[in-house]
Amino acid sequence: MSTEQTAIPAENFFNQGGKGIMSWLTTTDHKRIGLLYMYSIAIFFSVAVIIGLMMRLELIAPGKTIMEANTYNKMFTLHGVIMIFLFIIPGIPAVFGNFFLPLFLGADDVAFPRLNLMSWYLYIIGALIALSTLVFGEGSADTGWTFYAPYSVKTGTNVSTSVFAAFVLGFSSILTGLNFLTTIHRMRAPGMGWFDMPLYLWSTYATSWIQILATPIIGITLLMIVAERVLGVGLFDPSLGGDPILYQHLFWIYSHPAVYIMILPAMGVISEIIPVFSRRRIFGYKAIAFSSLAIAFVGYLVWGHHMFTSGMSGPARIIFSILTFLVAIPSAIKVFNWLATLNKGSIDLQPPLLYSMGFIFLFLIGGLTGLVNGALATNTHIHDTAFIVGHFHYVMFGGTGFGFFAAMHYWFPKMYGRMYNIKRAKIAFWVTFIGFNTLYFPMFILGLQGMPRRYYDYLPEFQDWQVVSTVGSWILVTGLIMMFTNIIRGARKGKPAGDNPWNGYTMEWQTTSPPPLENFHEKPVYKEISYDK
Amino acid sequence: MFSNASSFVEGVDFAFFVIIGISLIFLIGITAAMIYFVIKYNKKKHPKAVPTKDNFQLEIIWTVIPTLLVLGMFYYGWVGYRPMRIIPDNAIPVKVTAKMWSWSFEYENGKWDSLLIVPVDKPVKLELFSPDVLHSLYIPAFRIKEDVVPGIANIMWFEANKTGTYNILCAEYCGQRHSYMLSKVKVLPQDEYEKWYNSKDTLAEKMMPGEIIMKKQACIACHSTDGSKLVGPSFKGLYGSKRTVLVDGVKKEIVADDEYIKNSILNPNSEVVDGFPQGIMTNYSGQISEDEIKQFIQYIKTLKND
Repeated sequence: MSTEQTAIPAENFFNQGGKGIMSWLTTTDHKRIGLLYMYSIAIFFSVAVIIGLMMRLELIAPGKTIMEANTYNKMFTLHGVIMIFLFIIPGIPAVFGNFFLPLFLGADDVAFPRLNLMSWYLYIIGALIALSTLVFGEGSADTGWTFYAPYSVKTGTNVSTSVFAAFVLGFSSILTGLNFLTTIHRMRAPGMGWFDMPLYLWSTYATSWIQILATPIIGITLLMIVAERVLGVGLFDPSLGGDPILYQHLFWIYSHPAVYIMILPAMGVISEIIPVFSRRRIFGYKAIAFSSLAIAFVGYLVWGHHMFTSGMSGPARIIFSILTFLVAIPSAIKVFNWLATLNKGSIDLQPPLLYSMGFIFLFLIGGLTGLVNGALATNTHIHDTAFIVGHFHYVMFGGTGFGFFAAMHYWFPKMYGRMYNIKRAKIAFWVTFIGFNTLYFPMFILGLQGMPRRYYDYLPEFQDWQVVSTVGSWILVTGLIMMFTNIIRGARKGKPAGDNPWNGYTMEWQTTSPPPLENFHEKPVYKEISYDK
Repeated sequence: MFSNASSFVEGVDFAFFVIIGISLIFLIGITAAMIYFVIKYNKKKHPKAVPTKDNFQLEIIWTVIPTLLVLGMFYYGWVGYRPMRIIPDNAIPVKVTAKMWSWSFEYENGKWDSLLIVPVDKPVKLELFSPDVLHSLYIPAFRIKEDVVPGIANIMWFEANKTGTYNILCAEYCGQRHSYMLSKVKVLPQDEYEKWYNSKDTLAEKMMPGEIIMKKQACIACHSTDGSKLVGPSFKGLYGSKRTVLVDGVKKEIVADDEYIKNSILNPNSEVVDGFPQGIMTNYSGQISEDEIKQFIQYIKTLKND
């Protein structure tokens, strides 16, 4: 790559700002907070992957394989809660947003550094409360991550603690959004206008608005569940005079926009990576920027498609169906713009681009199967089946997950000043990619055949594809282990990578790797990017 | 999709065909273009990138075409769905009770079964009722599904057009034995259906009144009659036996007599047998009469240990 460097610069944030665990736990440096998030997210992600692996093993044959129905129901709940609230929602914004947002802007930190540290503590507290249900009380919740009433009101398991954990985690998310929004508004480098911002910032900007505006709704809704369970207030349980459909509306008014909290940052990452590895400016910058805002806005108005079979009125179903189709368009625009950027580029197929192309392929399948879910006739058949499980794993894991991996491989040399083994990273990609498709594609077929989701046991006619799917889970985990060991080894022993190993255009590449405590050695001024390098 | 037996199948499957067909064209096209670009414009063969020039026309084209296509998809989705909401006046009404974790079907003449038995080529209207939590009635072969929501009277209908037996599954998660909440729909020729509909329930004649109550109330979804452990304790050998129960967290020895069984039905969570989940059983007060409880206990008495 361009600059050969033999040593890591001594002036970097790992050395500056103190050593030892306390210097990390009390840090207000956005880069260290980003890494704190990354290490904690990696731990929770691994826990949820292991839970997923055990669920797949249980489903390899009908009847009991390794666990009882009760255990299985608790596992899919915990798997969902951890993956959604502890991995996908914070994932890219909390790790890469924290680390790179100020660097992108030429700033020395986020607007509220102490609030930023507090967000991490709220995240850890929320996570510990969620996991405490494994040890204390009447066992962890067995409701599914959606906590649908009235089952969540009636079940004897520890739902109150689980939803309280999600409530606390919501505050972490709101405060991070607030922090980023202020930073983007107030701390851009001199000369950097709104439309000079890297596209990753546009997606972060849109995400932050959703975090601030939608998260309070889920917070209060979950507290209503606690109020109903503990105080017997009749809100959602009809036997107390409540309305279970009201719960679903309130839940999805947050949780559908939350899907875009999860996917938009990943789209931002891809919009950064593709120009760098095709050596040309992104095609349709404004179209991509505005499509992020359009997704954030229209995403608010489509929650009803989660409830097409709940007995909603006919006109409501029709309106939600149309709006759902409309939200597909800004996503399609992004894909076409990425494709047009690759066209006539000078393409260097390094691991970050490979993961980005993996993202596009998997996200396409996730998005296109979403069209099946959005149409009323087809939705009626595949609603609440394995088809849905396949669909959202393609979007959330194939999309956001692979976006996270792409970001990790792209910014790794900037974060650690070292490089991982490129060849191993590519092999790990292919194993992960093949494992992913073997695991999740059969779910589409199972769903079309009529296999409902959240089934501990199933009719024998579904077994063939269940076995394929379980084998896929083993391949996928092998790929993940290869990927993470390569990354960990790179962080410890990798060759020094230099300041700008990929010839990146954006401002984070203008400082040393790893960056110094104050990010830039002298306050940078934004200059228009030249793509002629 | 894989078995088809109702009048909705054609419309629904056509929507599947349109949406999946267009999606496949996009998926294959975009993936092929991506791979083609990566090979053709690889930096070894193409060391200098052509500078990006924005093309407003192209942006408009790839906004408008997908918009038209998705509106088309919406249209076929709506067309396939609309008949599901237009219920014919002459549809045979069947009251469906979904409770943790079983289905029961009740007909106009009071006939009752745990299977849904319907005539071929006749519209059938299902009135959905749940006394406990959310369930969802799903018949994949008919392409229909509707949630059973406590407190809300949802309705669905269908017209089976092929005789045979098809799966009924619960599609909305409803707790521990959700995946066992299964039944079948039997589509019979008109004459066989009428014969069944007008027959005296031969099965009921053989059963004790308490046994019928037990089946209707779905007790057997959680309590076996053969000694095996489900969600709650088995009824076998229950009557007169000694049990350790938890009363407000304190263990207490009791004998399962008439009073205890009655209390367990009307006030189920006051004395739960040690080792079984608390708070899970539905309260049956108002759903079962004094007489029925007596008949129920009579039946339990017959379930002795071998």
